[in-house]
Amino acid sequence: MSYNIIVLVKQVPDTKNITVDAMKPDGTVNRSALPTIFNPEDLNALEEALKIKDKYGAKITVLTMGPPNAADVLRQSLFLGADNVILLSDRKFAAADTLATSYALSLAIKKIGNFDLIIGGRQAIDGDTAQVGPQTAEKLNINQATCVDKIVKLSDGGITVNRTTDYGLETIKAKLPILLTITADANIPRPPSVKKTLTYKNAISLIEKHNYGDEYLKSDNNNKPFIITNWDHKDIKAQTERCGLSGSPTQVKKIENIVLEVGESKEIENSDDGLRSLIVELMSEHIIG
Amino acid sequence: MNTNEVWVYVEQQNGEIADVSLELLGKAQDLAGKLSTKCGAILLGEKNSGNDKTLFQYGADIIYSAEDPSLKNYTPLPYTKIVCDIIEKYKPQIVLYGATVNGRDLAPRIASQLKVGLTADCTELQIGDYEKKKKGEVKKYKDILYQIRPAFGGNIIATIVSPDHRPQMATVRPGVMKINKIDKTYSGTVINIQPNIPQELIVTEIIKNIQIEKTVDLNSSSIIVAGGMGVGSKENFKIIHKLAKTLGGVVGASRAAVDAGFINSDHQIGQTGTTVQPKLYIAAGISGQIQHIAGMNNSNRIIAINTDKDAPIFQIANYGIVGNLNEVIPKLIETFKKLKK
Repeated sequence: MSYNIIVLVKQVPDTKNITVDAMKPDGTVNRSALPTIFNPEDLNALEEALKIKDKYGAKITVLTMGPPNAADVLRQSLFLGADNVILLSDRKFAAADTLATSYALSLAIKKIGNFDLIIGGRQAIDGDTAQVGPQTAEKLNINQATCVDKIVKLSDGGITVNRTTDYGLETIKAKLPILLTITADANIPRPPSVKKTLTYKNAISLIEKHNYGDEYLKSDNNNKPFIITNWDHKDIKAQTERCGLSGSPTQVKKIENIVLEVGESKEIENSDDGLRSLIVELMSEHIIG
Repeated sequence: MNTNEVWVYVEQQNGEIADVSLELLGKAQDLAGKLSTKCGAILLGEKNSGNDKTLFQYGADIIYSAEDPSLKNYTPLPYTKIVCDIIEKYKPQIVLYGATVNGRDLAPRIASQLKVGLTADCTELQIGDYEKKKKGEVKKYKDILYQIRPAFGGNIIATIVSPDHRPQMATVRPGVMKINKIDKTYSGTVINIQPNIPQELIVTEIIKNIQIEKTVDLNSSSIIVAGGMGVGSKENFKIIHKLAKTLGGVVGASRAAVDAGFINSDHQIGQTGTTVQPKLYIAAGISGQIQHIAGMNNSNRIIAINTDKDAPIFQIANYGIVGNLNEVIPKLIETFKKLKK
């Protein structure tokens, strides 16, 4: 049988390669100084979906919520083999915490309709919360399995997966539909397909179009670009008070730079005597020995 | 019933309580004291009787205990239902969860069902006041839970509040809060909850559970020798192992060293990885990115060995050695062995 799979992805600032320029003097993050990337574990999630597509056949819809330029991760998803992509973008969604995010995502998923599996990355590297997956599953009233590093078996109506918990390896069996979150250990994501990259390189969301101008869309009527679906809060029938900042119970009270507490600090001379005195000091204080 | 208590969700596996839950009881007792309320523990399992005493000894005043064969192992739907039922009935003001794999599976689902806030992976919790400015008006809140966590890959520290919703909920990193000393005379009340678990919620079947011991227990050792990219190769990590063994410690690593394949991720220390506070931390060939420092800067003493005298690790080290670790470490080993005789 063929499966309907929805993959949840996020465009994130590349927090692994943060430079000094990325921090403003007041300790907040200068997002514009940070390059954005496809959240790494969401690539693992998409890869799992693609593996299912290769083996059993599947229709993969990739869904993201973000600003208009988050269309970038959807283009990349098309290059990798997604069948359809949806950009959930609206100023009303801005500054959403995980609860407001999962509310909007769950409504978009209901609008997409039929699904057997929802797959996302375990967590996004900007917040590291790992909360949106379980909260989206709850809003959809479906089962979940988080921290999955292997899909062992998939059959009509059932799935077996391995999760790595704090206690070891857990193998669980559940019925479809289910939401899975995938870890980086699950797979090595494939490179983009050259053919698909050529097909979709001009794919564009209409909310991005001002960057290109209407002329671009009209320019070649025989070879119109692929249009990335964009939904706003009205499209998914969201109540505005449950979206974005107003739908977020958590509020940021304060953000500060990490203040490093520097204790007594001394330089140890890199010599036999220097190292010897260090060892003596640590031994006399019973820290070692 | 509005108890307004401070609660800990107690995680257990095969009847054994997770360390993080005991750590949280200490913190919850402390917060409950500041709020002049009681510290509660929620315990779900097949049979809980053996664990009551332990929870009292670590700081619980009241245990909310739900026993059922279907609660033997953690599965998301039944656990979410029962914890939500208990919260809705007794209305605590704060609920804390360990930020374990299963804690991070359960807590968000509960927060979603109750439509309340949840802050992930906190490293500190405090009680304080809060003012919210909205449309020119100032709304004041007293005795709110400050949920403090590193964010943005560990580059900043954020204080999060959830002033308008109860309970205020957070998951807390294992190894960060200190376990309260056992008070053997302490006891309290057990409230037995009759769990109501509809059959349609039993949808996850655990077919196999293989216990895998972690290759290292970073939180239980008083000495950690950690290597970074400066170690250079998997082969050369031997030198880190050798120093750790000589000093009676264990081996840690930076994310860069783990990502480079020098050592497995059980050893990773930092914002992603384990948070440690040993008596002695030796950082060899670790430059000291914030993401690493966030996981070890509360160590009692820190020795840094690095060829780059400007490496940020020296800013937080108690002892800085500018030099090549391949020369410094053998000398440290040799000197220690001689002096120990």
